[in-house]
Amino acid sequence: MAERYSSFEKGGRRWLWQRITAGFLVVVLAFHFFLLHFVNHADEVTFAMSSARMESLAYYSLMVLFLITATFHGVNGVYNALENQGLTGTPKRVVKYTLIAASLVLVVQGIRTANAWAGLPTF
Amino acid sequence: MSQSYDRGLVEDFGRWREFSAGMWAWVFHKFTGWVLVGYLFTHIAVLSTAISAAGQSSEVIAANNDVYTTVIVTLESLLVVRILEVGLLAVAVFHILNGCRLLLVDLGVGLDSQDKSFYASLILTGAIVVASVPTFLAGVF
Repeated sequence: MAERYSSFEKGGRRWLWQRITAGFLVVVLAFHFFLLHFVNHADEVTFAMSSARMESLAYYSLMVLFLITATFHGVNGVYNALENQGLTGTPKRVVKYTLIAASLVLVVQGIRTANAWAGLPTF
Repeated sequence: MSQSYDRGLVEDFGRWREFSAGMWAWVFHKFTGWVLVGYLFTHIAVLSTAISAAGQSSEVIAANNDVYTTVIVTLESLLVVRILEVGLLAVAVFHILNGCRLLLVDLGVGLDSQDKSFYASLILTGAIVVASVPTFLAGVF
C-alpha cells in the first residue's frame, strides 16, 4: 500500500475552514472590487461616502465578516505555506503565535476603522 | 487503495523547466496568496487614517479636507499607485479563479481537465485585467 503523502494533519479542520472562507471570499472580494473600482471609483473615495456606506448595518456586518474571513484565510494560508516548506518544532510554534497575534491586531484595527466610519466608539 | 504522488521539491525553483501546469498553478497560487495577505495588512493600515479623520470637525469632513480623504486622493493621483492597483487586480482575479478551480478539484469535479482549467484561469485573468485598465487609470493623466 502506498505511503500516506500529505501535509494535512489527521482530524484537522483548518483545511475545511480554508475552503469555507474561500467560498465566501470569492463572492465578497469580487463585490468589494466591483463596488470600489467600478461603481464608485477609488479616486473619488471620501470619508463622508465611506461613512454613508458603513452606517448601514448590513454593509458594516458584511465588511467585518469580510475582514475576519480574509484574515483567517490569508494568515492560515501563510501558515500552511510555511508548513509545506518543512517548518517544525519551536520555530513553527513561534510562527503560529506570531501569526495569531498579527491576526488579532489586524482584526481589532479593522473594526476600529469600521467603527470610525460608522460613528461608533473606536475604543 | 490510495495513491501517492511525490511532487518533488517545488520550492527548488531551479527545477522550473520541468514544471507541469499543476506545478505552475501551485506556484502562482502561493505567490498571489503572499501578495494578497501582504496587501491586506497594508490596506488596513492606510484605511486606519479614518480613525484620525473621525475626530476632525464636520466642516473639514464636509469639505473633503480630512486626513483620510487627503491620503486616498493623494495616493490615487500617483500613476505608480494606479499601476500597482492593476497588478493587485491581476493577482486577486487569478487567485479567485484558480481558487474556484481548486474548490472544484476538491469536490472531484473536472479532475481530467485540471490543466485546461488552469490555462482558462490564466486567459480569463488576462482578459479581465486588460478590460479593466481604462477604469483603473481613468483621471490619473
